[in-house]
Amino acid sequence: MAPPAASQRYPSPSQPSGKSEVTDLKSQLRQLAGSRAPGVDDSKRDLFKKVISYMTIGIDVSSVFGEMVMCSATSDIVLKKMCYLYVGNYAKGNPDLSLLTINFLQRDCKDQDPMIRGLALRSLCSLRVPNLVEYLVGPLGSGLKDNNSYVRTIAVTGVLKLYHISASTCIDADFPATLKSLMLHDSDAQVVANCLSALQEIWSLEASHSEEACREKESLLSKPVIYYFLNRIKEFNEWAQCLILELAVKYVPSDSNDIFDIMNLLEDRLQHANGAVVLATVKVFLQLTLSMTDVHQQVYERIKSPLLTLVSSGSPEQSYAILSHLHLLVVRAPFIFASDYKHFYCQYNEPAYVKKLKLEMLTAIANESNTYEIVTELCEYAANVDIAIARESVRAVGKIALQQYDVNAIVDRLLQFLEMEKDYVTAETLVLVKDLLRKYPQWSHDCISVVGGISSKNIQEPKAKSALIWMLGEYAQDMSDAPYILENLIENWEEEHSAEVRLHLLTAAMKCFFKRPPETQKALGIALAAGMADFHQDVHDRALFYYRVLQYDVHVAERVVSPPKQAVSVFADTQSSEIKDRIFDEFNSLSVVYQKPSYMFTDKEHRGPFEFSDEIGNIPITPEASGDIVPAQQFEANDKDLLLSTDEKDDNKGVSITGSAYTAPSHDNSNISSQMQELAISGPATSAATPQSSFDFDDIFGLGLSTAPAPTPSPPLLKLNPRAALDPGAFQQKWRQLPISLTQDCSVNPQGIAALTVPQSLIKHMQSHSIHCIASGGQSPNFKFFFFAQKESEPSSNYFTECVINSSSAKAQIKVKADEQSTSQAFATVFETALSEFGMP
Amino acid sequence: MMISQFFVLSQRGDNIVFRDYRAEVPKGSTETFFRKVKFWKEDGNAEAPPIFNVDGVNYFHVKVVGLYFVATTRVNVSPSLVLELLQRIARVIKDYLGVLNEDSFRKNFVLVYELLDEVIDFGYVQTTSTEVLKSYVFNEPILIAPARLQPIDPAAIFTQGAKRMPGTAVTKSVVANDPGGRRREEIFVDVIEKISVTFSSSGYILTSEIDGTIQMKSYLSGNPEIRLALNEDLNIGRGGGGVSVYDYRSSSGSGVILDDCNFHESVRLDSFDSDRTLSLVPPDGEFPVMNYRMTQEFRPPFHVNTLIEEAGRLKAEVIIKIRAEFPSDIIANTIAVQMPLPNYTCRASFELEHDAVGQKTDFKETSKMLEWSLKKIVGGAEHTLRAKLTFSQEFHGNITKEAGPVSMTFTIPMYNVSKLQVKYLQIAKKSSSYNPYRWVRYVTQANSYVARI
Repeated sequence: MAPPAASQRYPSPSQPSGKSEVTDLKSQLRQLAGSRAPGVDDSKRDLFKKVISYMTIGIDVSSVFGEMVMCSATSDIVLKKMCYLYVGNYAKGNPDLSLLTINFLQRDCKDQDPMIRGLALRSLCSLRVPNLVEYLVGPLGSGLKDNNSYVRTIAVTGVLKLYHISASTCIDADFPATLKSLMLHDSDAQVVANCLSALQEIWSLEASHSEEACREKESLLSKPVIYYFLNRIKEFNEWAQCLILELAVKYVPSDSNDIFDIMNLLEDRLQHANGAVVLATVKVFLQLTLSMTDVHQQVYERIKSPLLTLVSSGSPEQSYAILSHLHLLVVRAPFIFASDYKHFYCQYNEPAYVKKLKLEMLTAIANESNTYEIVTELCEYAANVDIAIARESVRAVGKIALQQYDVNAIVDRLLQFLEMEKDYVTAETLVLVKDLLRKYPQWSHDCISVVGGISSKNIQEPKAKSALIWMLGEYAQDMSDAPYILENLIENWEEEHSAEVRLHLLTAAMKCFFKRPPETQKALGIALAAGMADFHQDVHDRALFYYRVLQYDVHVAERVVSPPKQAVSVFADTQSSEIKDRIFDEFNSLSVVYQKPSYMFTDKEHRGPFEFSDEIGNIPITPEASGDIVPAQQFEANDKDLLLSTDEKDDNKGVSITGSAYTAPSHDNSNISSQMQELAISGPATSAATPQSSFDFDDIFGLGLSTAPAPTPSPPLLKLNPRAALDPGAFQQKWRQLPISLTQDCSVNPQGIAALTVPQSLIKHMQSHSIHCIASGGQSPNFKFFFFAQKESEPSSNYFTECVINSSSAKAQIKVKADEQSTSQAFATVFETALSEFGMP
Repeated sequence: MMISQFFVLSQRGDNIVFRDYRAEVPKGSTETFFRKVKFWKEDGNAEAPPIFNVDGVNYFHVKVVGLYFVATTRVNVSPSLVLELLQRIARVIKDYLGVLNEDSFRKNFVLVYELLDEVIDFGYVQTTSTEVLKSYVFNEPILIAPARLQPIDPAAIFTQGAKRMPGTAVTKSVVANDPGGRRREEIFVDVIEKISVTFSSSGYILTSEIDGTIQMKSYLSGNPEIRLALNEDLNIGRGGGGVSVYDYRSSSGSGVILDDCNFHESVRLDSFDSDRTLSLVPPDGEFPVMNYRMTQEFRPPFHVNTLIEEAGRLKAEVIIKIRAEFPSDIIANTIAVQMPLPNYTCRASFELEHDAVGQKTDFKETSKMLEWSLKKIVGGAEHTLRAKLTFSQEFHGNITKEAGPVSMTFTIPMYNVSKLQVKYLQIAKKSSSYNPYRWVRYVTQANSYVARI
């Protein structure tokens, strides 16, 4: 009967068709349908089981639909349940036959036994057949009023199911209002919980076209409703508690007493054995205290221990989910976890995905006091039999070295890795030594002597090979063999499959040539010839470029290819702080596990039931920042930054004209700007003054600096529509389409900054000036708001504003986009005036 | 919060149960999932993480007794919630079936469907309480013989060694009756401690931790209230933040000091502060009353001493000594010792003590792993293994960097290293003739027990 048993009795149930068996079943079912013989229910049970087991393994048994329905006339509840399961599965594909089931389901909905009533109602709503919705309204209505709570819980979810089949039927029957009243008055906690989930889903979906739904959705976040739930949270089961906590996260407390009340109310939830409850509580605590720096830090201290307990008490999978969140917290506040580093040591039997997270955390929390122990531990892992972990460990040691000031001991340890003579360890180490040298050129002497002893034949991985070649070029004068090793590598040009390596060979040959011309001349010649004949476009172009520059003037070539370098002070973070903040806002969701904000992996309607207020926040971030930019590429970018494409530079100036690649001009450009900085620094080598040289560069590549449109003279005062409305989706779309017409800095008065501890107050304040908030976010000291305004009596003329306030510097920056660009200056004036009045009595 | 589908796959990838709650995920999700997990290669790891995303569908899975419990969703849900839920569904099913394995699962798949219908409705969790579910579920479990119990089942740890343990009792279904039609009134309280210790090459303890659980399984009728008294000298919270309500750092140094703990939602802590008792009305089924974590120093049950020495150009010798550091009336069982050998090792010959009983040795050629298993070790005893290694190439440098660390797994029934104790177990029921069986059992298991060389 179950799949394996079936396979003994029937020769081929695993064959996808299973046709003969199904025909067989059909006739047997038909025989039983009319029978009233004793024991007939038992035979039916066996047959039904077969049907369901076929259904499970994927055999299509929809053809016995009629027979199943005929057999369903029974009082045996087990049989009924199997029949309901079957019907629910196939009704959608058989709308006509489904009509057959309506009869008996409707009858069952009026059964004496509440169990039968509930089951029938659930099945009725699960049919997912649009033309049967008319039959649902009646039973649902009485289900919601049933005196049995089991039936009511099912009816509430039934309303949600109905909404998904036919939203209008659901709304027309006024079911949401009934649910709301049940939610606030029903005595059964599960009924209340289901009302909350159903209403959240319905109102979120309705909100895009109904103002009323919008208001209703907001009303769930009102103080009375929130306290109604929080005060009785213990009456709910653990899953419903998560639901309530998720709601409470969105609540904007009125003052700090409010905040402390909620935290005291929820304090004991942190001791719950269910990790989901604890994480949901942690999220509430973190969000509530965002603007209270010292309390926020206390919260970190408070949640540390419960989270560590959860990590070690559950299955590896559960640990992983908790650890992902700890990882986020550790990276945000490493100092708080610095003394707990031993908790993040890897245990030998942990799965690789857990170890990887732990290694990253160890890297993040390494500081002066614990680095020695951490690095010692990591060195043990580097000898691990698990190659992936050994690699990660080497990388971790390297990263720690890069973030520390006193790296003396660590450099020695890194160099010891090279002595282990394991290919993968050597490969990882070379990449790190290269990065280390870029940051701490003073270590070159120690490193070079060891690196010089490595045979390039043993290095196969492109990244490691590139790193070695880079060092050969960069330190050609310190490594006596450098030209000859390069020559050797260049002679094997044809066998080198990685374009990355070939690019590096070209550059290294150039650099080596400038330092030791007679020894390298021949090799460089071969390299340039091979490069220009290369099928890879980049390699070809770079070779040609080098060739022409050399032809033009060798000294200029040297200045271009091998200018004196300044040590890299900070490697650009691969993830912008904006993205990190966004992930933090989405604490206790998949964003944390994937380390990506939700818009990068979900479509809009699936971001979560309650993600309304900040969904616009994704605008300023272009998804190109995802993924790990490995250090080697970073360096690559550095060598190539002479060739920065023009639109990247444009973008850096904060004004986007083309706008195709970077629609949002305010996107994070720390990456580029750090490169730009380096560029500017390396500039002086050309003997001109710093600013001058960077101007020169811009000229060479045809860049103009002042592309910002000239501000238009201010027109007369602008009147705004106090009741303007716009849904976030439309805002988002507009924001993407329109160019920035104005960027302006202004200051915020101290009273305003003080009032900003409750960011909501600014929203109210601006609203009183007819400027409406669409989304807000951030935490002290950086807040970000998106506002929307509309010209009075001209609904087609809208203003979109991004306002970033830094509360520590009391400065604000506003970016305005407008349908009618000529009036944006006028709007900015209105905006600035309104902002300057914020906090004034 | 919304789950789109739930399914259970066997190790070979076939569906054992499959339930679609929201019809949002395209067909073929089980195949997509299985292929992804089986052939995981991303980020250099061979093992798929419990959560991944394929084409906008998020897949969550936990592995229980070799089966994949999987949930899918398109929504950005709380990962902990879904993983907890999957684990909980497995536990509920185990409560019903007594024994959870592929065989019992397949025999009872209709019952499992019935459970799933009540646990989740339209993707929202309704309840995972065996107690509550009992009134909605009508299929009788088809029980399988406990003799088929696999030794990896946590319940099995009590069946070995100490014979006085009613090992099979804990594998009975909470709903099924005993053959006589009557249920035996009994309650099990298990204190399970998993210990992690790392010894440095010179033998001192680098890190140690105890992860403990007080697990309860009640077969008492009428749900009487229970009081569980723990050590009076039990202290909670050390070194933690000052915000903790349990902050007794002043009294540290004596007694049992837990770093932290958490409790099942049925537990009431009214008198916990004053007399260290927990009161609860245990729901049916198995559940953890309390989880705790402890880094206080304790005496590791085994001392491991390893020596690896060159013995000629292509040879080396390994000596591993294990000493049991617990009383002689305690017996550890199913001990396994592993040690990775240099990867140019081609042969290993072993030499056990001449009176060795129940010991096995092996050299796994492909993974270069030395394996030594012992059926039991009596407290206070010491055992030694000598292995002669032959290498395929000459080695240079430090041989100790090429081998190890030594890791150990074991189970020690009736022993716990933390000294946490259940002082008494009180069942509040009026009748004086009511005297159900009460079993309080202790066990210590190795989680990560590693000695570096």
